[in-house]
Amino acid sequence: MIDREQVLHVARLARLRLSEEEVERMATELSGILGHVERISSLDLDGVEPTAHVIELQNVLRPDEPRPSLPRERALASAPDPAEDSFRVPSPQA
Amino acid sequence: MASELLELTVARAAERIRSGELSAGEYFDAYREAAAGDPLNAFLWTAEGPDEGGAGEGELSGIPVAVKDIFCTEGVATTAGSRILEGYLPPYTSTAVKALREAGASVLGKTNMDEFAMGSSNENSAFGPVKNPWDHARVPGGSSGGSAAAVAGRLAPCAIGTDTGGSIRQPAALCGIVGMKPTYGAVSRYGEIAFASSLDQCGPLTRDVTDCALILRALEGRDPMDATSVGIEGGVELPSREDLKGLRFGIPRELASDAEGIERGVRGVFESTVELIERLGGELAETELPHAPHGISAYYVLAPAEASSNLARYDGVRFGPRADGDDLTEMYERTRHDGFGDEVKRRIMLGTYALSSGYYDAYYGRAQRVRTKIAEDFARAFESFDFVVTPTSPTVAFELGARTDDPLAMYMSDYCTVPMPLAGIPAISIPAGLAEPDGGGPELPVGLQIAGPAFSESGMLDAAHALERAIGFDSVPGGGS
Amino acid sequence: MSGAYEAVIGLEIHVQLSTRTKMFCGCELSFGDEPNVHTCPVCLGHPGTLPTLNEQAIHYALMIAAALGCEVPPLNEFARKNYFYPDLPKGYQISQFDKPIAVGGSFADVGITRAHLEEDAAKLTHVGASGRIHGSGHSLVDFNRGGTPLVEIVTEPDIRSAAQAREWAQLLRATIRQLGVSDVNMEEGSLRADGNISLRPEGSEELGVKTELKNMNSFRFLERGIEAELERQREILESGEAVVQQTLHFHPEDGSLTPLRSKEYAHDYRYFPEPDLVPVAPTEAMLAAAREAMPELPLARRDRYIEQVGIPAEAAATLAFQAEYAEFFERALEAGDGASAKAIANWVTGELVAALRDAGDVDPGDSKATPEAVAALAGMVESKAISHGSGKRVLSKLVADGGDPAAIVEAEGLGQISDSGELEKIVDAAIEAEPEAAEQVRQGNQKAIGRIMGFVMKETQGRADGGAVQKLIRGRLGAG
Ligand SMILES: [Mg+2]
Ligand SMILES: [Zn+2]
Repeated sequence: MIDREQVLHVARLARLRLSEEEVERMATELSGILGHVERISSLDLDGVEPTAHVIELQNVLRPDEPRPSLPRERALASAPDPAEDSFRVPSPQA
Repeated sequence: MASELLELTVARAAERIRSGELSAGEYFDAYREAAAGDPLNAFLWTAEGPDEGGAGEGELSGIPVAVKDIFCTEGVATTAGSRILEGYLPPYTSTAVKALREAGASVLGKTNMDEFAMGSSNENSAFGPVKNPWDHARVPGGSSGGSAAAVAGRLAPCAIGTDTGGSIRQPAALCGIVGMKPTYGAVSRYGEIAFASSLDQCGPLTRDVTDCALILRALEGRDPMDATSVGIEGGVELPSREDLKGLRFGIPRELASDAEGIERGVRGVFESTVELIERLGGELAETELPHAPHGISAYYVLAPAEASSNLARYDGVRFGPRADGDDLTEMYERTRHDGFGDEVKRRIMLGTYALSSGYYDAYYGRAQRVRTKIAEDFARAFESFDFVVTPTSPTVAFELGARTDDPLAMYMSDYCTVPMPLAGIPAISIPAGLAEPDGGGPELPVGLQIAGPAFSESGMLDAAHALERAIGFDSVPGGGS
Repeated sequence: MSGAYEAVIGLEIHVQLSTRTKMFCGCELSFGDEPNVHTCPVCLGHPGTLPTLNEQAIHYALMIAAALGCEVPPLNEFARKNYFYPDLPKGYQISQFDKPIAVGGSFADVGITRAHLEEDAAKLTHVGASGRIHGSGHSLVDFNRGGTPLVEIVTEPDIRSAAQAREWAQLLRATIRQLGVSDVNMEEGSLRADGNISLRPEGSEELGVKTELKNMNSFRFLERGIEAELERQREILESGEAVVQQTLHFHPEDGSLTPLRSKEYAHDYRYFPEPDLVPVAPTEAMLAAAREAMPELPLARRDRYIEQVGIPAEAAATLAFQAEYAEFFERALEAGDGASAKAIANWVTGELVAALRDAGDVDPGDSKATPEAVAALAGMVESKAISHGSGKRVLSKLVADGGDPAAIVEAEGLGQISDSGELEKIVDAAIEAEPEAAEQVRQGNQKAIGRIMGFVMKETQGRADGGAVQKLIRGRLGAG
């Protein structure tokens, strides 16, 4: 139901590198789970509103009042590669 | 002396501490020692002593709490059971933990869990599985397995966990303790590492219903940091009911008599508990939740979809470990490959697929509509009943490794608990008795689940309290194997 | 554009809102601060954090909706737009997708498809290769800007030329500036415009294949970029080939266009409703507050200048569409000093605009020439206390050094010569110095007066009243 190519496409979207063995296993497992999930395709759901939130809340707003920010050392403390007061990453332009 | 302290309920210990009969330090030390000796792999971290500035004047003054490692604690490693957060020290503390501290409680330790709360057996932790205190060869349930095992195994008097599809109630049932998933929005999610944001809810794991009410009382509340939090209007009352007169209980056929995969022993305990409800004056009748059997399907679309997005932030840029890569994409892909375990990868893949172009309507859109139908089913049932009751878990605790090769079989562990979070309603699991597994073996705990309408927590705790007294569950885990 | 094709242009404008705090957390907005000093666990996307919605951003978006004549649906909702990029801390941008805050407006003859709220990305700076073997270079992320509230405005493809796109964008900028909800500075990125561009055979109703044009960080570049892209598409079509749908980057240095690698843009954003935020249902009170906060907008202001203040249409538009000049004009008008509105308008839109441009594109609000001084100057010229030529000299003094025009006139001796005896003497000298011209005037050639006038003006350094001088010359030479 979900083939190798689809697994690779989805893995790419999700930025997950999968080994050859994982790709095969994933295709089998996902197909099995989706096979079960597809049971809902037999339900008549015409005109049923989708639920995104289970509680009916609206307009929960925050006043535009500043709160203290983190000191920069704290913000960078957990960074794997801090440099020049910033978070360094391999260049996306590479 | 120490072992006697470990048998006290939270309510009793708090009372003794308040009256000066027991010193908070002595009580904490007894648990610190027990937790440090942890034979269950329940803890990932234990505190040296009570929280500084804690032990205030609140209702939980002097009470140590085991905290699922999904709650951020400033300066204390918080991993969500994942390699991808190894060594991560959050710069802030979750609202739930702050609330407990404000009530006087102290963090005793951080408990083991399925990675990112994805699992029903605690075998998906990057830090090794947790053992069930009733039988060390069996799973404690999950994903709050460390919290449940710690409370049942007398390593903590109480704990908090999170429940997305059953992650508090199912391990509570498998470990023979009380666990509650409150109404969505009752407790702030701020600082609770997200698995599936529209379902996740924090709740207590305790030895009895009164303790559950005490912890929930401290946890609930509207938090300005969580737009979806509302608290429980009027707060939570401590339970006192001794009978069930005037209360109507529905037994949803789909989650009880008609349900597939419910073990014989579990069925037996459930039936005798139902009889007990009647003896306590409760009215009983069968009811229907026609869409509940589709709960697992809807859940395994919606939860992975949200998770695939929630877990995108683990990218090796701002925190957590980073794998080398020659370019950005390679760095992302390798960091995430190395950091996430199999189940997490599976769900990220499932969720990404369900949301991807061309599949959204067939999966995500439909699942959201099934969710609506499930909520409507419950609403209709609650027109005739105050509560519905079901077995919490179809089976007693299973053996370690028994379901690890079959994701779908593992997912079915949540068959009875998944519909409630989909509907946003509260549900509690209380120990109802012991039963043999289908394949034979020593007797293990069975949980009874009571679910009610949104924000019916006080009434539900009251009913659970009456039933708890009548059941008189007083077995203690013996370890074994 | 020449010939058989018609340009079809739509714009997408991102406007940074000038709230005090970010869209979803309490960090203050900042410009030009040191990197990563305005961050918190929320805008760094730390585990467990949740967004909370800035109420002022909603208010500002409702004001923009009103200014663009948009409809505000009863409910709007946030969604997650999922993609990986280092400037996006959560791996998704919280934006609005199928339920935006505003839909279906019209502004200055261009349809508005929608306007929605979202959060800005962080700033990414490429630092180049660092000598590693693979030498692919690094980027640095500064999260100060990450989470700044944005309103994205999407137009219908109603624009028909690059110049119209520029003019329209300028008017939009003036309008939003007038609302006071953004700094709308294109160079600083608080206003960003992308174009959707296609060509179709004239008279056709169908839309051609479009390209998306990015990185036009000034109005001039917006016009030039669109012009260049239209030209490129025209050449493709005229050679019988097909335009390829793609995203292009405009390079203002040499006017070139380069495609962004299609792979990077093969996005599948996997939108779904943001579970961490609840829907916004603008109440009557919220809508009323937005309406009440609306100042007079440029289009209305232009009409008022024409109809009520009595200013010629062109000057009225120049003033009304450039808020900084409109403000200057209104203050000058208030100061009055006897000058007519028209005279002030002429000085502001004519000489002042030119002088400030020459002084290096000075903002009128920062100019040393105050509105009061310019009003006084206009009054002095209008009442003929000084000549127009002297007025120009005073203005350049004002722009350079500031000060009071009357004092400058006094100090420089620029006052008009009003003593008729003195003027007669100078006119006589002029006739003597230009005998040929004088003879021509006598014989009825009116044009020749100019040369004699020129002599007088030179002698008086422009201080003579032109009208009076002309009258005197005519009298002397019997030319009626
Ligand atoms: Mg946008
Ligand atoms: Zn922030």
